[in-house]
Amino acid sequence: MATDKQTAPTFQELILKLEGFWAERGCVLQQPYDVEVGAGTMSPETFLRVLGPKPYSTAYVQPSRRPADGRYGDNPNRLFKHTQLQVILKPPPENVQELYLESLRAVGIDLRQHDIKFEEDNWESPTLGAWGIGWQVMLDGLEVTQFTYFQQCGGVDLDPISAELTYGLERLAAFLQDVDSIYEIVWARDPHDATRVTPYGDVRHAEELQFSVYNFEMADVEKTWEHLRLYEAECASLLKQFEFTRPSKEQDAGARHEAMQRFPLLGAFDLCLKCSHLFNLLDARGAISVTERVGVIARIRALAVGVAKAYVVQQGWAAAEPAKEVKKKEKGSAG
Amino acid sequence: MADFLLEIGTEEIPARMLAGAEAELARRVGELLARDRLLTGAAAAKSEAEIESFSTPRRLAVIAHGVADSQPDVDEQVMGPATKIAFKDGQPTPAAHAFAKKVGLELDKIQKMTTPKGEYLAANVVNKGRTAAQVLAEALPKELAGIYWAKSMHWRAGAPERFVRPLRWMVALLDGEVVPVAFGGITAGKTTRGHRILSAGEVAVAQPMAYAPALAGAKVVATRKEREHRIRKALDAATRAGEGLRWREDATLLSTVVDLTEYPSVILGGFDKEFLSLPEEVLVTVMRDHQKYFAVEDASGKLAPHFLAVLNTDSDPQGLIRHGNERVLRARFNDARFFWQTDQKTPLNDRVEMLKAVTFQKDLGSYHDKAKRVSELANEIAADLDAAGKRLGRDAINEAAWLAKTDLTAELVKEFTELQGVVGGLYAKAQKHSQAVADAIYDQYKPESMEDSVPRTLEGASLAIADKADSIAGMFALGNVPSGSKDPFALRRAANGIVKTIAEHKLPLGLKRLFQTALGGYEGSEAQKKFKGHDTLGAILAFMRERLEFYLRDARGFAYDAVAATLAAGADDIGDAIARTEAVASVRQSPDFEAIGISFKRMKNILRQAEEAGKKAAHTLDPDALKEPAEKALAAASQVSALRVGSLKDKRQYAQAMAEISKLRPPIDAFFEKVMVMAEDETLRANRLALLQKLLDDFSTIADFSEIVTERK
Repeated sequence: MATDKQTAPTFQELILKLEGFWAERGCVLQQPYDVEVGAGTMSPETFLRVLGPKPYSTAYVQPSRRPADGRYGDNPNRLFKHTQLQVILKPPPENVQELYLESLRAVGIDLRQHDIKFEEDNWESPTLGAWGIGWQVMLDGLEVTQFTYFQQCGGVDLDPISAELTYGLERLAAFLQDVDSIYEIVWARDPHDATRVTPYGDVRHAEELQFSVYNFEMADVEKTWEHLRLYEAECASLLKQFEFTRPSKEQDAGARHEAMQRFPLLGAFDLCLKCSHLFNLLDARGAISVTERVGVIARIRALAVGVAKAYVVQQGWAAAEPAKEVKKKEKGSAG
Repeated sequence: MADFLLEIGTEEIPARMLAGAEAELARRVGELLARDRLLTGAAAAKSEAEIESFSTPRRLAVIAHGVADSQPDVDEQVMGPATKIAFKDGQPTPAAHAFAKKVGLELDKIQKMTTPKGEYLAANVVNKGRTAAQVLAEALPKELAGIYWAKSMHWRAGAPERFVRPLRWMVALLDGEVVPVAFGGITAGKTTRGHRILSAGEVAVAQPMAYAPALAGAKVVATRKEREHRIRKALDAATRAGEGLRWREDATLLSTVVDLTEYPSVILGGFDKEFLSLPEEVLVTVMRDHQKYFAVEDASGKLAPHFLAVLNTDSDPQGLIRHGNERVLRARFNDARFFWQTDQKTPLNDRVEMLKAVTFQKDLGSYHDKAKRVSELANEIAADLDAAGKRLGRDAINEAAWLAKTDLTAELVKEFTELQGVVGGLYAKAQKHSQAVADAIYDQYKPESMEDSVPRTLEGASLAIADKADSIAGMFALGNVPSGSKDPFALRRAANGIVKTIAEHKLPLGLKRLFQTALGGYEGSEAQKKFKGHDTLGAILAFMRERLEFYLRDARGFAYDAVAATLAAGADDIGDAIARTEAVASVRQSPDFEAIGISFKRMKNILRQAEEAGKKAAHTLDPDALKEPAEKALAAASQVSALRVGSLKDKRQYAQAMAEISKLRPPIDAFFEKVMVMAEDETLRANRLALLQKLLDDFSTIADFSEIVTERK
């Protein structure tokens, strides 16, 4: 009830306002990533962009799929796929917290009438080899944003660091519109006829229901495992091939550079994301045994870390360590 | 003489770290002033600075009083080159000139000094003290960089420093003058910042004593103490709005909200009465742990449909904040109810199988594996207790052990992990398991601290002990042994819990047998392949002995040496160890007993020295080989006494046994007065040594009295 129900922004207006706000502050507006991800952090716009020294600021909406969180559309507060608005500020400006508070004002929240607290909440993703320090931002007792200073990503120490702001759009919209169920959020309102509204439930309920059924009941466990293995193998194979595109003495610098630049590490990363999603799906399906679990997480982490380390080399931000196999070969041929 | 103010302005510091960091900064500044001789007056006399400290989520600050304007000058004698090098043929060499230049004196003011190594040049110089501003500006950055943070970060390019959160401003004032302390890319000035929302932002501080008032004007209450006072008053006032209502005291929560706010106020909110049908444990956990609300109870102590939220703002004139918090709580309670209802669709019995998919520890398998081991171990414990005449429900223990961890698969526990065990107990009750089963599950994690109570029932105690012993056994076998401050699996807490439970329920359980059985539970398992091949049982028993020692000293308040003496004579049976410690403690200050302690130490020393000298004691004592009346008397007295003590010990009448042992003082004293143990005659000596050995053997079964610390006269 930050504003009058009638004047509160609709779900889509909320997105437009936040994107407009961050665009005015120099962010590149990106589109949601079109591979399934569990969080906006996993989009290459965050995962890869935070690596290396190059400044970059971006904002984008990211529908985030967490199969185990699905509730068949029955629970008013839980979703299989929720919508994040992700902002990356690299490096973070000194007034990053003030900018964030300003963005809340921009969506119609009069901070003088509300209670806002930054409470410690550090973030860590073992699967991504990433962690950061930060807060959950509490607005009248509701967590509306995760605010993280990234310290490490893909096992790589970050310098400069990035600030990551992740707004939970459903929560924020429900707060602004003062509704008790996500499905009652007004997604869109006809500008010509204010009585014609499209609720969130109309847009998304079927998806929540059907994907809950798929994720919990019908996803074919064997095939899903097989998909996971295939994606993993392809990603690992690409990473291996990248090792061999690294400097060899015969190539001149220009050719070497070109071979490096055209290598599809972005493709490898998509494959890694696929693995992560399939793992989550198998987990929701109850198909991952205790003994397998740790091992699979470690395998996906190896892919994510592998991509991050390779990406840093590809961009020329880290010296390429000659791959061990290459070294051996050279020794062998010399002898 | 001046006041010195230092304020570090940061982004929000985690509440859990604030009080510690405030104290550390105060200590560091105080020590710096003392070390660098910047104290005057009373502070200098005590060589302790007079420090006030402040903290809010966005700042740490100290004000030091009685700071000297500069360090006192210090006279110092500086040594130069040897005279024979500085002067050749009575003429000064370049070495002499160089020294004179270095100390800033004319050559004729240079003195000579004779040392054991010969004659050297020397000069008295006055080291000018530096100003406080110089010293502070130079030394403080190191102090700031040294502050301990449980978790810290870097934020500037090149990662030059780590701190808990980015630093945003600093204030450093010596009276009205800025001290340009530089740290983290910030140079101190005289401008602080007020409350994020309630103030206009920057606030000038004229001088240190104006600091707290300036902040108060900018809606920041700078001390934790005053914020706590305000919050308490506001909680009282808000609670009075409802008749007969009381807020539930909660020291941990209070300290958290003190450290989350700069300008606290309180609102009273409400929730739908129908949520009161959910268990109170669930409601309170949601309010306290997840929302940081204080729970409210009615005059009869029952939970009332209200809560108190502590705000970081001054008021809620339109009720928007209350409305928002009520909305969040409603959603949380709805969730909890939804989870409760969903969970009931799969009874605990059906969840046992699901435990196969829940990891207990990566090398120790699933909770299903654990449930199997714990049920077997709990059964063994129950059998022992049964045999010792304790009445308990064996079937209930078995059932509870199998169901104990099933709540880990429940939605409600996934959401509120701190309620594990409690939820299982509540579900067991709702699903018509017996009260004994429900209570045992409910109490399985108890006691969670030394202050927490032990499981209420024998069934609960057996389950809790089995669960903890199984964890300790598995972890030790893997080599995951607590060391120093590292105890990631909280094994010390588990071990303390076992000790306290056995002690308070007076359970006749031996630790060796308990852990042998617990280790046996892993026999033939997958986990066993990962075990290290060392003496696991020995390591566990040493660890348990340490925990028992901790319990006897810290929880029971026994003296260090009484505990050491008792445990040296055995630490397997906890109840027995307590009884023996009590007996030792009751007599240890009597003069007879102190004397016996000293004598026993002496006997040990003599035996050790004899052994080192290759002089052996007789295998068994031959009383007829003894000569002196004093030694014959001691042998006779001790023989009678040993029989009496032995029979008293069997009856666990330790106090009487101690009294009996005390009676040995006169013959022992007489022995040492009259008899020279290390006699020339080999047989005699061997038998005297054997007498001492026998005394030690016979009378150290209750406690090793040589461990008693005595004041030597």
